[in-house]
Amino acid sequence: MALNEGRGSVPAYAEKLAWLEAQETETPADQRGRRLANRAWAALWPKALAIAIVLAVWQLIHISGWKKLIFPGPAATLSDLWGQLHTRLLWHAISITSERAIFGFALALVIGAVVGAVVSRIAPLRSAVGSLITGLQTMPSIAWFPFAIILFGISTTTILFVIVLGAAPSIANGLIAGVDYTPPLLLRAGKMMGLRRLSLYRYLILPASLPAFVAGLKQGWAFAWRSLVAGELLVVIANQPSLGVLLSTDQDQADMQGATSIIIVILILGIIVDMLFGVADRAIRSRWGLTGTV
Amino acid sequence: MTVTGQRSAGVPVAEGATGSVRLAAVSKVFGRGGSAVRALDQISLEVPPGEFTCLIGASGCGKSTLLSLVAGLEQPTSGEVTVSGRVALMFQEPALFPWLTAAGNIDLALRARGLGRAERRQRTTELLDVVRLGGFGGKRPHELSGGMRQRVALARALAQDADVLLMDEPFGALDAMTRDLLHDELDRVCAGRELTIVFVTHNVREAVRLGDRVVVLSSRPGRIIDEFAVPIEHPRRIDSAPVAELAGRITDRLREEMNDGPQ
Repeated sequence: MALNEGRGSVPAYAEKLAWLEAQETETPADQRGRRLANRAWAALWPKALAIAIVLAVWQLIHISGWKKLIFPGPAATLSDLWGQLHTRLLWHAISITSERAIFGFALALVIGAVVGAVVSRIAPLRSAVGSLITGLQTMPSIAWFPFAIILFGISTTTILFVIVLGAAPSIANGLIAGVDYTPPLLLRAGKMMGLRRLSLYRYLILPASLPAFVAGLKQGWAFAWRSLVAGELLVVIANQPSLGVLLSTDQDQADMQGATSIIIVILILGIIVDMLFGVADRAIRSRWGLTGTV
Repeated sequence: MTVTGQRSAGVPVAEGATGSVRLAAVSKVFGRGGSAVRALDQISLEVPPGEFTCLIGASGCGKSTLLSLVAGLEQPTSGEVTVSGRVALMFQEPALFPWLTAAGNIDLALRARGLGRAERRQRTTELLDVVRLGGFGGKRPHELSGGMRQRVALARALAQDADVLLMDEPFGALDAMTRDLLHDELDRVCAGRELTIVFVTHNVREAVRLGDRVVVLSSRPGRIIDEFAVPIEHPRRIDSAPVAELAGRITDRLREEMNDGPQ
């Protein structure tokens, strides 16, 4: 560095700086495609293997002859499922159940987020309602059905009511946890920047809570899906063939292949939605630099 | 002991700066009763407009507490803190928001001041250029190196358009080479601005390299025990003879204090 430079002149270290930055910045984008393919394969093969193992064990039980008359093998069940997939009834049922799931979960999301936001901000409310929320979360949703059926009768409202009670506490708790774990250093930085009250909440606390909130959503979804299927078994509405209704019809007719097919459909739908939450979760983590692989 | 800010001949002071800091017999006690800890004891310090003051002391001398008091994040137990002008604070960690890009972090500081979209965009570009991160606005904090993150933090502090910039060991976590570059960077950034700076560090050479004045604090409780003017011409180098010589004298003074004082 030249000695005659005054304070504030541009020193000659720009090249040094550029060199340092070249060493320290991220890997180039052309490696991303390959990484994506690797990741897809890494995510897929364990699942494929797990399905193969389940089918193999199932087939073995079938071959062993255990409850042979009523317990169908995978071949018979999957062909029954294939057959049902070509009927309008199954698709109608899937659409009705999905509609309830989406509507119920959206309702739970709004209510859970509002309750979580309010409770996390107001300390007395927190001590009053905080443990109640956790209590509601652990409550088996099926216990709400007698209450809901008496209140709303055999109706979609009953099912939605129980979905919301099942899912909203998890969603609220997720948001509360996120607010609680906002790093104090970031709060100090935000306050120094002049963020106050609502702006502090909007620009700092809410985004900082996002990972915990998504975790809460994921758990809330699991509760919602369970409540929904339980509800559909109990609340059978005329001319509304849901997955639960198909399942209970199969039970009445002792149609084991049909029942197993519907169970598989319910399982797959649950897994697909869970995977969507997984994608959201991973997207956030990689944006924040929380993943192991950068 | 009262220490007033005297300007030594030959030390450049930013012209036109308006921000100043004054502490009058400030004490800070944490806790109550038997477990009470006196972090700061009767600190009186005046930082005149445009001065770059370094506070130095061993860990536990309450340096960070002092900055928190000036920043208004905490209140003194007794005494009075007077700050004129807007204050910005830079931490040892960059404290960037991980969900925003480098540009987004700066933009949020501008937004908190109530600037409009067009002006924010223009100022963000300028500030990224000031800290030599022109091409890195779209990067997220985790994609940047430690030195680059701290430069974003500096840009964000500048975005607050403060008159007084408080720096709490901002380069403490960086390697020597990066720190050296950032010292030059800070000199350059300060030159064009009317900033009053209070810079806390435990690195004596860093204090002499940067400051117009070095104020020495004792530990437990934090007291001002001495101060040194730094009449060394800019540009300075951290390994130059005058810097090393003055740093040596300050280190001796610190050692003396640590040997005398409670261990």
